[in-house]
Amino acid sequence: MNFDYNEEQQLLADSVRRFLAKDYGFEARKKIVASKEGWSDKVWATMAEMGLTGLPFSTEHGGFGGGAVDLMGVMEAAGDALLVEPYLATLMGGRLVARAGSDAQKKAILPAVVGGKLKLAFAHAEKGARYNLAKVSAKAKKAGAGWEITGEKVVVLGAPAADKIVVSANTDKGLSLFIVDGKAAKVKPYVTLDEQRAGDVSLSNTKAELLGAEGKALPVIEEVIDFATALICAEAVGAMKFACDTTLEYLKTRKQFGVPIGTFQALQHRMVDMVVAYEQARSMACLACSKSDTHADAKDRARAISAAKIKIADNCRHISQESIQLHGGMGMTEELKVSHTFRRLTMIAQQFGDAEHHLARFASLDK
Amino acid sequence: MDLNYSQDESAFRDEVRGWLNANLPKDLRDKVANYQELGREDLLRWHKILAKKGWIAPAWPKEFGGTGWNVVQRYIFEEELGYVGSPPLIPFGLSMCGPVLLRFGTDAQKKRFLPRIYNGDDFWCQGYSEPGSGSDLASLKTKAERKGDHYIVNGQKIWTTLGHCADWIFCLVRTDSSMAKRQEGISFLLIDMKTPGITVRPLILMDGGHEVNEVFFDNVKVPAENLVYEEGKGWTVAKYLLGHERMGTGRIGASKRELAKLKAFAAAQTGDDGRPLTEDPRFRDKLTRVEVELMALEITNLRFLDQMRRTNQPPGADVSMLKIKGTEIQQTLSELMMHAVDPGGNGSFTGLAKRYCNMRKTTIYAGSNEIQRNIISKMTLGL
Repeated sequence: MNFDYNEEQQLLADSVRRFLAKDYGFEARKKIVASKEGWSDKVWATMAEMGLTGLPFSTEHGGFGGGAVDLMGVMEAAGDALLVEPYLATLMGGRLVARAGSDAQKKAILPAVVGGKLKLAFAHAEKGARYNLAKVSAKAKKAGAGWEITGEKVVVLGAPAADKIVVSANTDKGLSLFIVDGKAAKVKPYVTLDEQRAGDVSLSNTKAELLGAEGKALPVIEEVIDFATALICAEAVGAMKFACDTTLEYLKTRKQFGVPIGTFQALQHRMVDMVVAYEQARSMACLACSKSDTHADAKDRARAISAAKIKIADNCRHISQESIQLHGGMGMTEELKVSHTFRRLTMIAQQFGDAEHHLARFASLDK
Repeated sequence: MDLNYSQDESAFRDEVRGWLNANLPKDLRDKVANYQELGREDLLRWHKILAKKGWIAPAWPKEFGGTGWNVVQRYIFEEELGYVGSPPLIPFGLSMCGPVLLRFGTDAQKKRFLPRIYNGDDFWCQGYSEPGSGSDLASLKTKAERKGDHYIVNGQKIWTTLGHCADWIFCLVRTDSSMAKRQEGISFLLIDMKTPGITVRPLILMDGGHEVNEVFFDNVKVPAENLVYEEGKGWTVAKYLLGHERMGTGRIGASKRELAKLKAFAAAQTGDDGRPLTEDPRFRDKLTRVEVELMALEITNLRFLDQMRRTNQPPGADVSMLKIKGTEIQQTLSELMMHAVDPGGNGSFTGLAKRYCNMRKTTIYAGSNEIQRNIISKMTLGL
């Protein structure tokens, strides 16, 4: 039993934190969010230099062979700084390639991802599918030596920046994965509530390359979504920590009736409940990341990830709502970072399945 | 990061579980499982079985019968006690008076009382709360006046758990009421419950159970040698005791057992549509949420334990967090158990409803959950 990061993990987490504190402060981030692209070339290059884009990929492709636990500290730092770079999207796309791809596909894509030269996205969700990963209407058919896909994908995180997009679609044999060139897809970009860039992706007989075995994609998709869920659990913990710290600071400095409002017991107890919720969330993020890396079987993994996401979703809500309430009117404004953290926590609560989705999944696995 | 117990720790758990399963008498196990009241003889019988095995006071120094286990082993032992459904180990002697005597007692006091606590010869209770002094303990008024080689004690204690079973009571009493600071002038006294002038009156709880009492002191003569530590320094002793709360506060083992029981019980109940209640999504969600809450608490508990093992620091306000979450879970489990019963079907609604009533105490006793929040607010958050 050991809940600490090892030395390497700690060093990396510290250096990411230092870098983000220096180059990704609230004002710097604001400029990036307001830019046309919505992410920063310079930041991305530094992230690649620091090894962040290579962390979870095998050494054979230039990466470091890390797992979710190795990424935990990085994701916490990202949650604290409210990173809007297409990092998670690229990691997800890369993991799909690493899990399903042929040697040639891995060689063609992963070293470029590791080097920061290639950004990816995963186009999976469709209208009406909600959080059901098996519900896909997009269709793929053979066209000469390759494939063509037709379908509509929605809220594809990182799509506007993606050089290549991994797309799910059905063939005669069932759910399958494909690689599509970013420029070949029609992307309708937008800014999400939490100031990230996403897009709806339209495919109409779009040229595609099969990724992995035809008809066998669902278990791979489930694994990668579970992995990504574990990562946003860790990101949530970083964002929650900021929300708790900044609210505590506010309680100590904001004065009303001649005293700091933190002297009022009604507020003290609510602050305590936020911190308790944070500790419980941190515990579940540890569980999610460890189980993502090491599990007996897919069911064991899914059960732990769903349990974690239930708790994280509930506590994202609790902590974000309370942080705004305790800040009063100022918490409502764009001017305070905490209102941006509120938005990210609100999105994490929904991303890859809300509490209700995971309650149902947990129950279905409990038989 | 590794969330798993080591091989040695798992082997230790197996050993403890095997022994408990083989040695916990069936009638006692049934009483606990059926939420029946346990009497003095029940509690002492189990105490003596554990004492004979050498496992009754793991945290004590080895020379007084401690096991020499580390914090993780002690935690595993407590969890297994809860999981097997052991009668509670009454803490007043083992985890309160014992540690106080070990820290503050004279050699004579240690020699006189510790072996009898260990062997279950004396049954202890705690005289802290008074009618006007609950959470605000330092306002206590029970008076002890020094007369020669005796103290004369007058006053009243309340919420004295198992006072009606007890041979001895340790009390906080006021020996000097002239001090400006209320925490000063309080002393820690050991009092024989058979001393003339002591009256015990039962306080029956809303489930009909007799657990707590009022204890009245009317000119009770206590030998001065029963004073622990210095006169007027009782608050120091009391504070030491509070810091001595165990990592088992979250009651993970007992709640795991209750959760398994609830799942089996609910699966055997039918919902309105004829399907097992566990397949009713509305009930099912509540069940899953409490299970997840318990998973989170267990990992949190292990995190604190891991930290303690590494830093050798006492847990401090972390225990308050375990108390808050652990008791909320215990209450939710008892409430869901009551809700699961088909009123016209198998299983006693009244029995489970009484259990639900009884469990409301958990968020009040041992420092109400509001007091725990005050502690975290002050110690951890600096508010």
